[in-house]
Amino acid sequence: MSGARDPVSLPSAAARVFGRECRLGVRRVGELLQPVTFFLMVTTLFPLALSPEPSLMRNIAPGVVWVGALLSSLLSLEGLFRADLDDGTLEQLVLAGQPLAGLVAAKVLAHWLLVGVPLVLAAPLAASSLSVPAAALPVLMLGLALGTGVIVFVGAVGAALTLAGRRGSVLLSLLVLPLVMPVLIFGARATDEAVRGDSAAGGLWLLLAMLILAVTLAPLAVAAAVRICLE
Amino acid sequence: MATWTWFHRLASPPHVYRISGAFLPWLALFTALFIGYGFYGGLVLAPPDYQQKDAFRIIYVHAPSAWLSMLAYVTVAVAAAVGLIWRMKVAHAVAASAAPIGASFTFLALLTGSLWGKPMWGTWWTWDARLTSELILLFLYLGYLALRGAFDDRARADQASAVLAIVGVVNIPIIHFSVVWWNSLHQGSTVMKLARPSMPGSMLWPLLSSLLGFTLLFAALLCVRLRAEIIDRERTASWLRPIVGAA
Repeated sequence: MSGARDPVSLPSAAARVFGRECRLGVRRVGELLQPVTFFLMVTTLFPLALSPEPSLMRNIAPGVVWVGALLSSLLSLEGLFRADLDDGTLEQLVLAGQPLAGLVAAKVLAHWLLVGVPLVLAAPLAASSLSVPAAALPVLMLGLALGTGVIVFVGAVGAALTLAGRRGSVLLSLLVLPLVMPVLIFGARATDEAVRGDSAAGGLWLLLAMLILAVTLAPLAVAAAVRICLE
Repeated sequence: MATWTWFHRLASPPHVYRISGAFLPWLALFTALFIGYGFYGGLVLAPPDYQQKDAFRIIYVHAPSAWLSMLAYVTVAVAAAVGLIWRMKVAHAVAASAAPIGASFTFLALLTGSLWGKPMWGTWWTWDARLTSELILLFLYLGYLALRGAFDDRARADQASAVLAIVGVVNIPIIHFSVVWWNSLHQGSTVMKLARPSMPGSMLWPLLSSLLGFTLLFAALLCVRLRAEIIDRERTASWLRPIVGAA
């Protein structure tokens, strides 16, 4: 460790927060796999509830996969700040003398990596079982990689806002779902177009645009919400 | 600067309580006048539409409600931002008072829209772009109100819901255009129910009057709720004692 008086730059402080999150995530590998297990289970429900007819499955598959990804990444957000609040880490981040938005951005980025990557890797499995042609899988994976980023960054605002209130797992979803509906619309449209063999570029560009907006603005709101919680 | 005195005075609950009380009768009077003319002109004087017959008349309630659902959300967000930036408690009270009114108007817009849809489209609900974005707006209101209710501490509820309102107002254009885009891909062409190219004056003037009247109604309701909210928040303050005692 360097001396206490050495100024630490924001990038290196953010990198340390990022590294800590990743290490914690990897050590709790069971927790890490819960969202992706939930995702696979939700996508299994639809063939059971409807009918396993391939043409029907192909029609509904983009929507099913996206709704499943949306719900499972939302569920994973519930605990995003909770453990850090309980053990005082969150206070240390506020007191660190660094821009809080930068530090929470690193934390959320790590969470995106830990939740988004397993989902992106599991998506081809779920989609193939729903009769999605292999040619559409790259678009689905790319779209999910971008879309989970928006969901995680916007959802982090909700997770930080609900931190100080009475505990309620539904509240977070109530706040975040209306805000991330555009992600679902663009993501499912892009996938649907890819399934039909059309160009999906429009939806993917729009997802990227939303991701850029969310990554730049959401950390400011998260930082404000964390300060309110700790005041 | 002297020109900003009026703004600084708005931070004082007694001052806001007084001026909102002074505005209230005038707002109520002009609300009654404009809505009265709007409804009489729209429901009685205006001729039936040649395609929609009398069903079009719901526009005199529907369009003002839809307009207010958005105006109220922007009011909440602006008041919330003022409250966060200048730490003005009265601004938070305005946001808290405006949100339930806005949610009610959003619900009214959805209700009248689906009542209109039954004879026009033959169904109570269709995933029309405007109806859908109005529905998502209602969800945003409900989320805002739910977050407000989740705190025991009022100062925290104010600030947390203020952040949510600002995030929401940034998102509203994105939500609206995403829904329009999604819908236009689904159905080819959207039924443009309000943007008819031209409307004869006998239909248009009552509509404009109704829009203005509903906006004044919103202001009047906001004053009533704001006064109640201020009494609730300041119930231990000494300036309130003679006012509440006399009433």
